[in-house]
Amino acid sequence: MSMTEQVRLLQGNEACAEGALYAGCRFFAGYPITPATEIAEYLALHLPKRGGVCLQMEDEIASMGAAIGASLGGCKSLTATSGPGFSLKQEGIGYACLTEVPCVIVDVMRGGPSTGFPTGSSQSDIMQARWGTHGDHPVICLTPSSVQEIFYETIRAFNLSEKFRTPVIVAFDEIIGHTREKITMPAPGSVEVVNRLLPTVPPEKYKPYDAAGSPVPDVPPLAPFGTGYRFHVTGLNHRKDGFPTNDGRLIQEEEERLLRKVSRHSREIIKYEEYRLDDAEVAVVSYGATARSAWRAVKMAREAGIKAGGFRIITMWPFPEERILNIAKSVKGIVVPEMNLGQVVYEVERCSKGKTAVLGIGRVDAEPIVPGLIFDSLNKMLNKKAISRKNF
Amino acid sequence: MKPTTKEEPRVVILINKKRCKGCDICVQFCKPGCLAMDGFTAVVINADKCTKCMRCEILCPDFAITVK
Amino acid sequence: MSFNYEEYIRKGTLPHIWCAGCGHGILMKSIIRAIAKLEIDKNKIAVVSGIGCVSRMTGYLDFNTLHTTHGRAITFATGLKMVKHDMTVILVCGDGDAVAIGGNHFIHACRRNIDLTMIVANNYIYGMTGGQVAPTTPIADISTTTPYGNIDREFDICRLAEGAGATFVARTTSFHSAQMDQLIVQAIKHKGFSVVDVIDSCWTVYGRRNKFKDHVAMLEWQRDIALPLKAAERMKPEDIKGKILTGIFCSKEAPEYVEEYRKLQERARGGTPGQPQYEQSSGHL
Repeated sequence: MSMTEQVRLLQGNEACAEGALYAGCRFFAGYPITPATEIAEYLALHLPKRGGVCLQMEDEIASMGAAIGASLGGCKSLTATSGPGFSLKQEGIGYACLTEVPCVIVDVMRGGPSTGFPTGSSQSDIMQARWGTHGDHPVICLTPSSVQEIFYETIRAFNLSEKFRTPVIVAFDEIIGHTREKITMPAPGSVEVVNRLLPTVPPEKYKPYDAAGSPVPDVPPLAPFGTGYRFHVTGLNHRKDGFPTNDGRLIQEEEERLLRKVSRHSREIIKYEEYRLDDAEVAVVSYGATARSAWRAVKMAREAGIKAGGFRIITMWPFPEERILNIAKSVKGIVVPEMNLGQVVYEVERCSKGKTAVLGIGRVDAEPIVPGLIFDSLNKMLNKKAISRKNF
Repeated sequence: MKPTTKEEPRVVILINKKRCKGCDICVQFCKPGCLAMDGFTAVVINADKCTKCMRCEILCPDFAITVK
Repeated sequence: MSFNYEEYIRKGTLPHIWCAGCGHGILMKSIIRAIAKLEIDKNKIAVVSGIGCVSRMTGYLDFNTLHTTHGRAITFATGLKMVKHDMTVILVCGDGDAVAIGGNHFIHACRRNIDLTMIVANNYIYGMTGGQVAPTTPIADISTTTPYGNIDREFDICRLAEGAGATFVARTTSFHSAQMDQLIVQAIKHKGFSVVDVIDSCWTVYGRRNKFKDHVAMLEWQRDIALPLKAAERMKPEDIKGKILTGIFCSKEAPEYVEEYRKLQERARGGTPGQPQYEQSSGHL
């Protein structure tokens, strides 16, 4: 491994694997699935060299379980999949949410639903990332737009996961998963890597879900198994000492802490990029590969005399509600292009609180949304033609 | 003068009433008949007959009985 | 000799949730005695369970305990064992958890021969949910989802395990405490995937519906129906019919997964495992 900065030509999936390695991930469990398989293959080669473990499990559900088990052993762990596998992993994701076990789940999105269009790109698992698993649970989901960004966002995913003791989803579409781009890999140690809080109290006083006095509010320290701290981890609603409970009052309190754990830190977690929004009359809200077309469309619009601006979502969940509302208050309309038939557009509508018109552009033909399409919509929006949700 | 020492009982069978669920296993498997049911709890009726076979302690699912 | 179970149980957690007369409590005692006999450091023991009545055992035991999702205990245990080689990882699962929903993980763990100890509390039923048919419920038995009698043939967990590659496979019953202790000790000591099928008793939702008078009768039935394998080998087939064979079915050495992976890591660090086409095109330096 190089000790200095390196310039590489990498595929998005490979950049994801490298980001994981950089963040200290030493356990991967996965299952072959297009278009995510390269992550498993890359780590099968590189993890053992670094003393890590890379397993191809018997199915997606097993991969999720193994990743959680390894994390409880104190090891940063990763699993990667696409739509159908992401569906299978949901129970395990919910388990990691409730038991507050750090782990990263990558979803390289392909056409769905069901087996769908395995080699076709999409952005259709965004709502699933938020609500795929049952019950009330917090979610952190990151949606990078380039190979370079996949690298950094994977590191950030691990950092957020460790810091907030919660599973983090990194969702990017097949287009950037398989695209090769130049990336600059930072020297080891130059990008911050965060590790989970360890207990400061002796074993007999340790409670795995007691966040009192924690340096990160609402986040309890997590001792690894086998280090002298013996405690119980269960997917049943539980007390602060981990033991299951039927006490409704306790369950409510703990559930609220679980949600608050992410919501109170949302400013730190939320990340986005803006382009020429200051004086924009019309905006495009986008993410993933589509955002690259959106940026181009904004430039085209500006050249055509349209005051357009772009907002690129990088942290999808928690959603940048406040910023979207502010934008909604200042523009005449927002266009939301997505490679699906309408998911983030509903969030933008909700957060806009009726302050502006919202137009969704959705396609599921596995083709990228081209800048021209977005440009047309920005144009039509300003020219006040009948506003409706358009699906091409 | 003869020294008077309190003789320690040969066997002490203790039943934890909070744990005993009255399943009757210890009573039924005790060959000498040291135990009986009293309502929903097992009780010791004659510890002297105990052969320390330990069956009651081993078979009690509730960790409710000890034989010392 | 009286045994002090208290030092292995989390304070204040008993009485446990299991019904009066439930075999799981008897099994729990045996597991504790086996661990005590082996003198393993409590901090180095992990007990992993799925979902079901017996899975609640993990809450009571004073070790590193993990109560996972239905059928998936083995998957969590695999991840844990692969990163914590020095821990003794014991699985406690019900029959439905282990070989219905968990069936796929069960056979693959056997195939991998990963050093875990799988204790199946086999009471022929899904107890926690009120008594539904399980893959080990005998034919013709009544359950809430087989009111006309079960027509599914039952799994023989030991044959399944052996067929899938487990290297220590044994069966006992919750009545046969001495044997149960011995087999659990051997299973834990064995380096590889060990399976102990413990015929357990649930009177509340199984026995009651299937002509057992009470839990005592179920223990007596276990006592009478069990036939040691060694004795069975000398008997005629017609005399073995209807009996439940107990003892060790299989005990052999085979490459163990954690160890094999360690060797793989050495190979990976030492040389090149063959250059895949993929690697060359990635721009990797």
